[in-house]
Amino acid sequence: MANDDSKDLLPLDGHTTVRDPGTAVERSDALLNPGMPPHRLRVTDTDPRAARRAERVVVLLFYISLIGSIFAMTSYFAFPIKPNDLGSVRLNNVFIGLGLAFALLAIGIAAVHWAKVLMADQEGIDIRHPVHGDVQTQARAVEIFRTADRESGFNRRVLIRNGMIAAIAALPFPAIFLFRDLAPAAGTPAEAYSHTMWKAGTRLTKDPTGDPILASDVTIGSVFHVIPDGLLTAPDMLEEKGKAAVLLMRLEPGVLHVSPARKDWNYDGIVAYSKICTHVGCPVALYEQQTHHLLCPCHQSQFDITREAAVIFGPAVRPLPQLPITVDSEGYLVARSDFHEPVGPSFWERRGDYSA
Amino acid sequence: MTTAPDTYNYDPTAPADRRQSGGVTGWASRYVDERTGISYVVKEFGRKIFPDHWSFMLGEVALYSFVIILLTGTFLTFFFQASMAQVTYDGSYGPLKGLDMSAAMQSALHISFEIRGGLLIRQVHHWAALLFVASIGLHMLRIFFTGAFRKPRELNWTIGFVLFILAMAEGFTGYSLPDDLLSGNGLRIIAGMVQGIPFVGSWIEWLVFGGQFPGTAIVGRLYTLHILLLPAAVLAFIALHLVFVVTHKHTQYAGPGRTNDNVIGYPILPVYAAKAGGFFFIVFGVVMLMGAFFTINPIWTYGPYDPSPVSAGTQPDWYIGFADGALRLMPGWLGGPGGIPMEFTILNTTYSLNILIPVLVLGLFIVVVMAYPFIEAWITGDKREHHIADRPRNMPGRTAVGAAGVTFYAVLWAAASSDLIATHFMLSIESVITILQFSLFLAPVLAYFVTKRICLALQKKDRQIVLHGYESGRIVRLPGGEYIEVHEPVDEYERWKLVSFNEYEPLMIRPNAAGRIPVTERARAVVSRWFFEDRIEPVSSTELEVAHHH
Repeated sequence: MANDDSKDLLPLDGHTTVRDPGTAVERSDALLNPGMPPHRLRVTDTDPRAARRAERVVVLLFYISLIGSIFAMTSYFAFPIKPNDLGSVRLNNVFIGLGLAFALLAIGIAAVHWAKVLMADQEGIDIRHPVHGDVQTQARAVEIFRTADRESGFNRRVLIRNGMIAAIAALPFPAIFLFRDLAPAAGTPAEAYSHTMWKAGTRLTKDPTGDPILASDVTIGSVFHVIPDGLLTAPDMLEEKGKAAVLLMRLEPGVLHVSPARKDWNYDGIVAYSKICTHVGCPVALYEQQTHHLLCPCHQSQFDITREAAVIFGPAVRPLPQLPITVDSEGYLVARSDFHEPVGPSFWERRGDYSA
Repeated sequence: MTTAPDTYNYDPTAPADRRQSGGVTGWASRYVDERTGISYVVKEFGRKIFPDHWSFMLGEVALYSFVIILLTGTFLTFFFQASMAQVTYDGSYGPLKGLDMSAAMQSALHISFEIRGGLLIRQVHHWAALLFVASIGLHMLRIFFTGAFRKPRELNWTIGFVLFILAMAEGFTGYSLPDDLLSGNGLRIIAGMVQGIPFVGSWIEWLVFGGQFPGTAIVGRLYTLHILLLPAAVLAFIALHLVFVVTHKHTQYAGPGRTNDNVIGYPILPVYAAKAGGFFFIVFGVVMLMGAFFTINPIWTYGPYDPSPVSAGTQPDWYIGFADGALRLMPGWLGGPGGIPMEFTILNTTYSLNILIPVLVLGLFIVVVMAYPFIEAWITGDKREHHIADRPRNMPGRTAVGAAGVTFYAVLWAAASSDLIATHFMLSIESVITILQFSLFLAPVLAYFVTKRICLALQKKDRQIVLHGYESGRIVRLPGGEYIEVHEPVDEYERWKLVSFNEYEPLMIRPNAAGRIPVTERARAVVSRWFFEDRIEPVSSTELEVAHHH
């Protein structure tokens, strides 16, 4: 069968068109619609006592709603929130809510019950008409467009038309430019993610107290959540923390596989890695002490600390960046330098030549 | 309906038109009509017929939850401060006292612990939002599986789909506002995904967050979207959606007396006004009960956002789960570490396919679902209007495709809880992820075949019932000692429900006028065969007669 509109059968009258049924099967010996079944009366239609009972139920429900509203208002005062008393919050919540719930539900149930058992029960029939306008209206609509075209010369005066389209098409661009200052005027994001607060000599401190960490306090198997010294008073504390957060671990001597380029990045088996996942940036906060694996709780990327945080499972690809560390003269752990690559999730503008 | 007799209202001193007819109702109607011309609307729509079925209420639930969201949301705006300025908490909740947090978080805690009824309204708002998305989802499933998206309703399906996406956007912007630890981690993930947009990702993230993550701008910006732009868009699309519902008149299920050219049901005034109006209060009441008794989003247990900590078992609100699941299932290395990396660097550009691929797959899934009405119309070539909703079994191809789609979504959704599945069922996280990765491809195929067979079997059962009646449960012993169960014939009204359905046959391709078979027609024939090759015909009058002679 044809599938384009032009092959539709001719209209039977001015309004109804018979449309192409496509691959539908239309059989001549199909069963016929038996028509509406006989109407069945409800109990409330035949028994006046049942109708009166239903009426009383509906009335009662509306009054229950009224009581619910009053109860909610009373609860507002009867169960006030007392300062520093969480139990009072709970009571306030439950009783105001209960009052309002009764007020609402009773109205709803009453209205539906009223409609179902007391309002007229005779089903009505509406006749559908095709959604499209009748043939004359359709033709008139097309004619109006053609007339407008003729009278304006929209398709004849092509230069005017194209000029108008060009002008209107250009108009949104200034609006897009206006959004540039959503971001800071200076710097690029790639630069910003390449630098953190860590500098040569910055002490590693505990998150969230900010106390410096003695190398001798880091026992084998322990793990510290670390922030750079001075972070807590930094002006952009959260932004800096989002880049500089570090996990510090000490592993048994011998289990660490250290590449030659990073041989002085750890201190006596103590290693520090960025806590910001290289997948989409969640904090990689779960450390399995026995296996030396770090697990990201958001998307389950796993990193092997013994092999310089290489990915061993999950959606991340790049290892966590390592923070080179050493100790200062007082025995506190300090950074040797900043990270050698941008921390956090990958982005396409990220260069590929960071010396790892 | 309750117009009192005219004589009762007769008042010689009243204006003349008051005395005309209809008493107070008549007078008031005329007063309004002479200033608005609204009598036409009442005449056209006042007694408009609306068909009755429980599944038609799902869309209503969505509409009513939106009204609840608007009401409660307005209340919340009076107290909420969309500011990321750092403050020190000094409210009623002891464990957070003295902690630094944003003004947004502080005001959300203030609403919860110091405003009477504030926690209630906050919880009602959140529950209603969850119900909004859930009911839209169920409503879409109802539309899909009953074929209510067919001509002339294809555009309304796409409008509804836009509403579904807007609802998810409303939900996400909303739960990010309190700036607590959980929502902050959600934003962190969004920031990471935005960063993964090819070539301009870090710039877009820079613009969205006003600089580096988290910055001090995002809550304010999301707030503008959440209470201004998105609700306006939702309202506009709801209006459009409902205009089309009125224009098309509602679909109805096959039943005695019901045809493609009529609508059988109750009139808007009074029955539907009472039922639908009453249903609004029921929905509101149920959500109110949930707000009163069930905690939702206890931000005080999460604490303020801090980029460093995160709790295990972190997951988004359920409707964002499918996207989070897609991120979790995408392997960083195809074939395990050492295999093919999904992120590599060529000439100073980092290609992060591990973000891009899941985003593209989700985008493709959304586009296919949105375009489904047009795809099915192309397959069947059916240009007729359809106002009788299908029973899902009578369109096995579509129902099976739908089941496959639902399964695909369900696997992604389950993946968003992969860690919880692993801990609850004592499995290793790696095996859960691996099983789900395979399931994402295999489970939809399985669902397709199982569903199709179930549909065909149900259709066969329908034929059995029409031809030979239903099992009455009455066992009779025949004189010969043989036992049979008596089958009772169905009455003609029940029978009509079982036999009145559309049926399609595979497309037979023929050369067109130029003597060629275009590639598109060949493709259509392949899909058509895939859809309609296995089919069960409805019982015809001839068959029924033959069966009765037995």
